[in-house]
Amino acid sequence: MNAILESSQVFESFRTRAEAVSAQVERVATSELALELIISKLHLEGVRDEAHCYAVWAECPMIGTPEKKRLEAAVPGLKFDVTRELAADAKVGVSQMDWALANTGTLVQRADEVDRRLVSTLPLLHIALVATAALLPDLPSVLARIDPAKSKYFSFITGPSRTADIERVLTIGVHGPERLLIVLVDDLEVTA
Amino acid sequence: MKQEFKQSILDALANPNLTGALGNFSVAYRAGRAKAYEGVDFEALRDQIAEIKSSASSQFDVLAERFSQAAEAQGTKVFRTNDPQAVKDYILRLAQDRGVKRIAKSKSMATEEIHLNKHLEKAGIDVQETDLGEWIIQLAGQTPSHMVMPAIHMTKEEVADVFSNKVEDGQKPDIPKLVKFARGKLRPMFLSAEMGISGANIAVAETGSIVIVTNEGNARLVTTLPKIHVAIVGLEKLVEHFQDIAPILIALPKSATAQLLTSYVSIISGPVPNTDGSAKELHVILMDNRRNEMSHDPRFKQALQCIRCASCLNVCPVFRLVGGHVFGKVYTGGIGTILTAWFSALKESDEIQSLCIQCGNCKDVCPGKIDIPDLILELRRRLAVEQGQPLIQKAIFSVVNNRRLFHTMMRAASIGQKPFAKQGFIRHLPLFLSNMTENRSLPAIADVPFRDRIKQIEQPKCTEKAAFYGGCLIDFAYPGMGESVVKVLNKAGIEVIFPEGQTCCGAPARYSGAYEVAAQNGADNIKALLGEDVDYIVSACPTCTVALKHDFIANLESVGRTEELPAARRLAEKVVDFSTLASQLVEQGRLKFKAGIEPMKFTYHDSCHFKRTLHADQTPRKLMKQAGYEVVEMEEADMCCGMGGSYSIKLPEISAPILERKLVNIEKTGVPLLLIDCPGCVMQIGGGLDKRASNIKVEHTAQRLAECLE
Repeated sequence: MNAILESSQVFESFRTRAEAVSAQVERVATSELALELIISKLHLEGVRDEAHCYAVWAECPMIGTPEKKRLEAAVPGLKFDVTRELAADAKVGVSQMDWALANTGTLVQRADEVDRRLVSTLPLLHIALVATAALLPDLPSVLARIDPAKSKYFSFITGPSRTADIERVLTIGVHGPERLLIVLVDDLEVTA
Repeated sequence: MKQEFKQSILDALANPNLTGALGNFSVAYRAGRAKAYEGVDFEALRDQIAEIKSSASSQFDVLAERFSQAAEAQGTKVFRTNDPQAVKDYILRLAQDRGVKRIAKSKSMATEEIHLNKHLEKAGIDVQETDLGEWIIQLAGQTPSHMVMPAIHMTKEEVADVFSNKVEDGQKPDIPKLVKFARGKLRPMFLSAEMGISGANIAVAETGSIVIVTNEGNARLVTTLPKIHVAIVGLEKLVEHFQDIAPILIALPKSATAQLLTSYVSIISGPVPNTDGSAKELHVILMDNRRNEMSHDPRFKQALQCIRCASCLNVCPVFRLVGGHVFGKVYTGGIGTILTAWFSALKESDEIQSLCIQCGNCKDVCPGKIDIPDLILELRRRLAVEQGQPLIQKAIFSVVNNRRLFHTMMRAASIGQKPFAKQGFIRHLPLFLSNMTENRSLPAIADVPFRDRIKQIEQPKCTEKAAFYGGCLIDFAYPGMGESVVKVLNKAGIEVIFPEGQTCCGAPARYSGAYEVAAQNGADNIKALLGEDVDYIVSACPTCTVALKHDFIANLESVGRTEELPAARRLAEKVVDFSTLASQLVEQGRLKFKAGIEPMKFTYHDSCHFKRTLHADQTPRKLMKQAGYEVVEMEEADMCCGMGGSYSIKLPEISAPILERKLVNIEKTGVPLLLIDCPGCVMQIGGGLDKRASNIKVEHTAQRLAECLE
């Protein structure tokens, strides 16, 4: 089987699993397209520079200072300096993940830096970027790659926050995000 | 059984919200779990988990030490203690030292086990549960009724009332709104708490890591926002290697909530920076509370393989009727009974262990491969040893073991129930034929037992012989089943003899914890059955077959009569259940089906022992299909019928609704015939259908098969 076909099957499996747990999945060819997509999403969500309307973006490898400047200019209210107060007051959080798991629709992140966790726990919408090349088949394959001596906090995220604690009725968005948008980016390098 | 306990059962059964919610869930769970495990080799997975956990519990001291060293090397503070009080003191002192006024907690059964909240609250600290279910029961002043879904016993109306009364007026019973309300109210608690307390699902010795699994995301907040994080971890959560996480994490969500993976998993291996740049203060408390002692118990060590998925609760026919609170305040259901006996006291399990009907559902689904029913029997045995056998029970066993006397008494009782019932004797008779249950008719006790009737049957002289083990029900209540067995075997050229010395199979004694009696039953039967020169030893009662094949050995072993084990094993090898033997004879061409049998639809009830111990459930279905019949499967065909031997007499309140559900499932198939391989189930279900004036015919497979052969 050629590598392209195989990777497209892995992607389809990931998409199916992630959508099954109420995540939304987009795939783009380049980082540039990913940024454009996110800008339009942030506009759509009504992100602006006032309380309760911020977006917070955790430090991530795919964007440097020039991109940050551009993004800040394009979306007033988008903050790269993430504090707990801002994150608690934000509509949207954006972060980059290190791996994705095809057979469960899971995202995996080295999350020692607290801003990475703040943007994916406190806002109502979490937008997660991940390299298409970082798709792995399953849980054992990622556990074999991660080193707990180097990273002391690993986050696994599978769909938005959920509960079924009242009458077993599945309800999305308890303490964490109500929505999870996953953007797979084809030209991104694997971060780990 | 104390009145108080009986009353708690009756209260639970009378609560339609509880039985409705749990009943619906159990159906959804069964389907959901099967789907979640699609494409997964469950047996291989649980073998792996059992091996990992068993190896860990063989070396708790070593692993706890390794965990401590690895974690401390990363900057985690580790506290190890056997004493629950020391855990509470440690946390309180830490909180007071750091000036903590509010604690945000994510779900932890270990803290429930030691009643941590009460201790901290008494000292004036505000403790906030943040798992939605835990928060609801905290507000309501209740205890969890389920390990995974603590508030499953409450309706949305009750939740709305609790929120309105305790938090803010005017909450409506609308689930999404209630969840939103909880989010809004708990968010400031996360942000203002100075300390977070969590449990852990796995603790890895070689790396000093803890793994926390949640769906709501509260554990991520509890471990991220407060500057101090304390994790309370029972020793049984230890595994040796980092890679050991995988199989447990693959199984846990599937078994717990039928999910492929929970929304969130955090693997924490040391302190990380706080939001103000300072380093997190991370404490891990490794709590023993008798777990180490348990690991040295040859029988109960196995229970430490539990990964706390609660699937044993979800598949239990009794749990879905009575819910968790009947079991106690902390751990509930099958595994909860065992944990209560250890973490609280053996005595505390005295009543709740009697709730187990021994159907074996939980054993089949346990991802830790724990034989929960067997461990509950072991509790029963130890309780019987500790408390002594009640006099009435001794008297009963002396009757049961004298077959002729037993038959006479049963016959007398069935004719003139009243005087016996008044004496309070018949209701204590193990197994059967008491009229204490009103929801089923009872078979008449045969005036001539099978052991005498077989002498009247004219059998062909054959070179092959089979010894028939009757068991009480076929011998005394359903001799017709025995006659069918003889008829079928005769057709295959096998002569059937009935060894006179056979006695009770010992199941009633075993299931009451009276192992000495059960072992003696076994010894008497071994002598009687091995005394005959036969080619097969056949039984048409799965409980008896299991006794002959497995329990005789176990009973003798448990009372130390090891010199009799070789004979018990010889017997076990020769024993075969009726349908399996019949199927072999068909395969060999020694039994032939009649031509032109009118095709008929039937449904089949899987008897617990027949399916889950003998694994013979497909055999009768196949036999009847070969005969030209068509099987129409009922819902939950392998769910217990509620008989459970003397269970139906000791706990008729529970047995009756279990039977009721079974009858409804049978009737929904719309077929005219129900086949069963167990005379006990025939008695229970047949009696139930008769009370409902149903037209559905109930027969033992042997009876129908006898009519279908040339």
